[in-house]
Amino acid sequence: MATLLEQVEVDTELRPAIAGRNPWALAARRLWRNRIAMASLVLFLLIVVLCLAAPLYAHDVAHVNPFVPNLNGHTVVGGKVVPVMQRGGGALRLGETPIGPTWDLSHYFLGGDSTGRDVAALLLYGGRSSLLIGIGSAVLCSIAATVVALIAGFFGGTTDALLSRLMDVIWAFPVYLLAISISTELLTHTSGIQIGPLNVSATSLWVPTVIIAFIYVPYVYRPVRGQVLSVVNKEFVEAAISQGASNLRLIFSEILPNVVSTVIVLLPLMIATTILTEAALSFLSIGVQPPNVSWGTIIQDGTDLVYSRPWVTIAPGLMILLTVLSLNVLGDGVRDALDPRAKLRVEG
Amino acid sequence: MTAETLLEVRDLKVSFRTEDGLIQAVDGVSLSLSEGETLGIVGESGSGKSVTMMSVMRLINDPNAHFEGEVVYKGRDLMKLTRDQMRKIRGSGIAMIFQDPMTSLNPVYRIGWQIAEQIQAHEQISKRAARARAVELLTAVGIPHAAERVDNYPHQFSGGMRQRVMIAMAISCNPDILIADEPTTALDVTIQAQILSLIRKLKNDFGTAVVLITHDMGVVADLADKIAVMYAGRIVEQGDRRDVFYDAQHPYTWGLLGSIARLDRPKPRRLSTIPGLPPSLLRLPPGCAFGDRCAHRFDRCDERPALLAKVGDGHLDACHLDIEKKKELRETTIHPELIEEAK
Amino acid sequence: MLTFIVRRLLWTVLVMFVITVVVFIIFFKTPGVDPARAIAGRSPNPQTLAEIRAQLGLNRPFPIEYGIMMKKLFITRDLVSYSNQGVRVVQEIFAATPATLSLVFGAAVLWVVLAIAVGIAAALLKGTIFDPLLMVVALIGVSAPVFWVGQLANMISQGGLHGTFLFSWVPPLGYTPFTQSPALWFKGLVLPWITLSLLYIGFYGRVLRANLIETQNEDFIRTARAKGLTERRVLMRHNVRTSMITFVSLFGLDFGALVAGGALLTEVVFGIHGVGFLTYQALTNLDLPTIMATTVYGAFFIVLVNALVDIGYAWLDPRVRPT
Repeated sequence: MATLLEQVEVDTELRPAIAGRNPWALAARRLWRNRIAMASLVLFLLIVVLCLAAPLYAHDVAHVNPFVPNLNGHTVVGGKVVPVMQRGGGALRLGETPIGPTWDLSHYFLGGDSTGRDVAALLLYGGRSSLLIGIGSAVLCSIAATVVALIAGFFGGTTDALLSRLMDVIWAFPVYLLAISISTELLTHTSGIQIGPLNVSATSLWVPTVIIAFIYVPYVYRPVRGQVLSVVNKEFVEAAISQGASNLRLIFSEILPNVVSTVIVLLPLMIATTILTEAALSFLSIGVQPPNVSWGTIIQDGTDLVYSRPWVTIAPGLMILLTVLSLNVLGDGVRDALDPRAKLRVEG
Repeated sequence: MTAETLLEVRDLKVSFRTEDGLIQAVDGVSLSLSEGETLGIVGESGSGKSVTMMSVMRLINDPNAHFEGEVVYKGRDLMKLTRDQMRKIRGSGIAMIFQDPMTSLNPVYRIGWQIAEQIQAHEQISKRAARARAVELLTAVGIPHAAERVDNYPHQFSGGMRQRVMIAMAISCNPDILIADEPTTALDVTIQAQILSLIRKLKNDFGTAVVLITHDMGVVADLADKIAVMYAGRIVEQGDRRDVFYDAQHPYTWGLLGSIARLDRPKPRRLSTIPGLPPSLLRLPPGCAFGDRCAHRFDRCDERPALLAKVGDGHLDACHLDIEKKKELRETTIHPELIEEAK
Repeated sequence: MLTFIVRRLLWTVLVMFVITVVVFIIFFKTPGVDPARAIAGRSPNPQTLAEIRAQLGLNRPFPIEYGIMMKKLFITRDLVSYSNQGVRVVQEIFAATPATLSLVFGAAVLWVVLAIAVGIAAALLKGTIFDPLLMVVALIGVSAPVFWVGQLANMISQGGLHGTFLFSWVPPLGYTPFTQSPALWFKGLVLPWITLSLLYIGFYGRVLRANLIETQNEDFIRTARAKGLTERRVLMRHNVRTSMITFVSLFGLDFGALVAGGALLTEVVFGIHGVGFLTYQALTNLDLPTIMATTVYGAFFIVLVNALVDIGYAWLDPRVRPT
């Protein structure tokens, strides 16, 4: 889980395999040649596009507003008009079960959920939330961790010691427990959270985004700081210093570019991890809050329907699986592309 | 009486398929080694010297590697042996030590255990006996307090000591041949001398044949009986030590000799270097591989020179230059400043 | 070695102290929230609120509040959960621990064995079709949300196929203590074990494979071959042994995190009333005392395991030991 990130041994020094050629271009070329990684990139982008098209689907194809319960609604199956909530569900056959998958794109393709909403449309909207939070928190986390790592690695000494200890404390918390504690605490603020002049609604997607970004900062911080330290000691930095470069300039034009590759290798894996974390938090009802939906909330909603309407559970899980899988494969590919050690060494 | 020929490499060719093309690392190398003899293989990085000997040991596991030629050890062609047959020879018939003793030893096992492991792989002896042998060997290579240090881990030794441990391990099964691949390159100059004299002592005590691979002519000056100079995967000169040092026939050898600082000659203002870089093994020129860097290149050099004995039996070189011309050019190449001074 | 251990444990104590302070701040000092109200849970009456304030010293200075809370958590262990009929929180945690330990231990045994098998197999089969195949399967294990896999497992075993011989042995959701019925204990844990370990088999299999392949190129492996050792010995005694170092240290961390409540998703889905489940219940009831207690105990356990892992690492890798 969280250790997915620890496992990535980032040893990415951009040594050009052939002297004189731009290491980034070489890496890109290698990635391009990796067909499996390219296929998974395409898959991921496909999912993103599909989910972004949620309003399009809901409005123009399925003609539903998926956020509104539709307990008394009707839809068309095989030419006949049927109620969305059907009688005769449950053990005593006295309850109501939503309609199952019709496999008809414009009419409840995957069936309905326990309040009669269109699962297929919800799935796409849910994807938007999950992807937004997943990508957003990963990016936020990377930026924050890089900034802290640059400061710690560059200035060294007590600054480094202090920051690293701080990171250790956050790291010591089991990731999920920390996320749960903070989320629960923040959710008790039903009227929103005040940060200075900003009032963030408790149901805003920013809440899980920031929380998830926060808990993973130490995991990005460590490898990035390691890279910063190894770069800071290199001769070209000394050379720049002797030329009278200011601290800020040094950080941005000498150190940062060499550290970026570390972050890039981590990014796909990070997004995979944040998506899984958000799904778990939402499943536990402390992630995305209604009226918003995410893949995790849909799985939670599907718990009551697990035996009668399995697709409400299967579909969102499958989406998560495919998204995370494609990111993992892509992450592997990116790492291979940036790691020149993969090729053979010929000794003299 | 000539000693028995232990090892004969016949026209060995080793190539690697890479995403950028075919690399010809070794291009038709032939060598021979007799009992008790020391052969020095000299060349710069990329000359193919390591790949040659690693191929002899069949330590190259790369599926993209392609081998041609024969390697005959005590009458058997090693290239044709099964994996298990080859395994039996490694470590007991032919042993090899490598350049970096820091990374060549397994960091998590005690060195006594590692030496005993090799002995037990080839001989049926008890753990206790193997350990006792390990202590003896450590003493023989000059490790003080061997009985205690046998239980130490590699990181508890200095670089020179670690190389001694490697040597102890390599000779533990009394091999016929010891291959030393740049054994002193990673060590300080003073330690270098110690390791080399250790190798000489062991060679004399046990009669082991030694193949010494190095890029430093100075290293083989003392130890080697025969020398082979390699360049771009080919042997460019080969012969007795005296012949190669005092009657060098190939411009590359001249370059190597010229870059050694010598105490028996006037001090040069600058050590001469060989201009240019070795050719890419992906695109070897059709003629003499050294041609592009050779100050004495002429039109015949477009044709690849064969390795032939021209000045005497056993002294071969691969250069088209005529013997008389070579004598003239040699002094100017090896010691250009002498000519300057004379002027 | 002894000083190393002592120093490590002292550091652990310090970190634990900081964790308790941080948790305390999160729960008691978040601006705008009245801790008494939060602790009292849903619809508190003024009497309860007053009682809480008195018991926990909420009107007294920060260090005393903190001290009282720590005392209640660790020494007197009489921290009470108001929203849960005054149950003693710490005792509840202890009572729930065996379930979690059963789940995590069983899953760990399963995943370690299988991960090692998968990792070695994939490394050996490198170059054939089986290597990428194994890795894809492993990746799927890593990419599937564990709670979803659990739901699927239930769907299959408790639902339609329950009647068939394949799944009729599966007991209804829940945990049976070993002391009550070993057979039921076992049967009720098989599917949770498989579910939980799927994720980790995938992850650890890949880690081991990557380490094995990387170590293949190390110089000491070359030396081992040059010594004339059999391939099998080179693999097991040299390659796997050094690759296990990373494996074991990661394992320790994950194991600790799981016991500390990281298995909560699996517990919730399978109805196993362990520490994680307890945490989850506390969440849905906004039962602050319990959440706080599980967080603190959980974090403690992890920090302890981390220290043990560090010490274990030093045992595995002699280079790390102080001389």
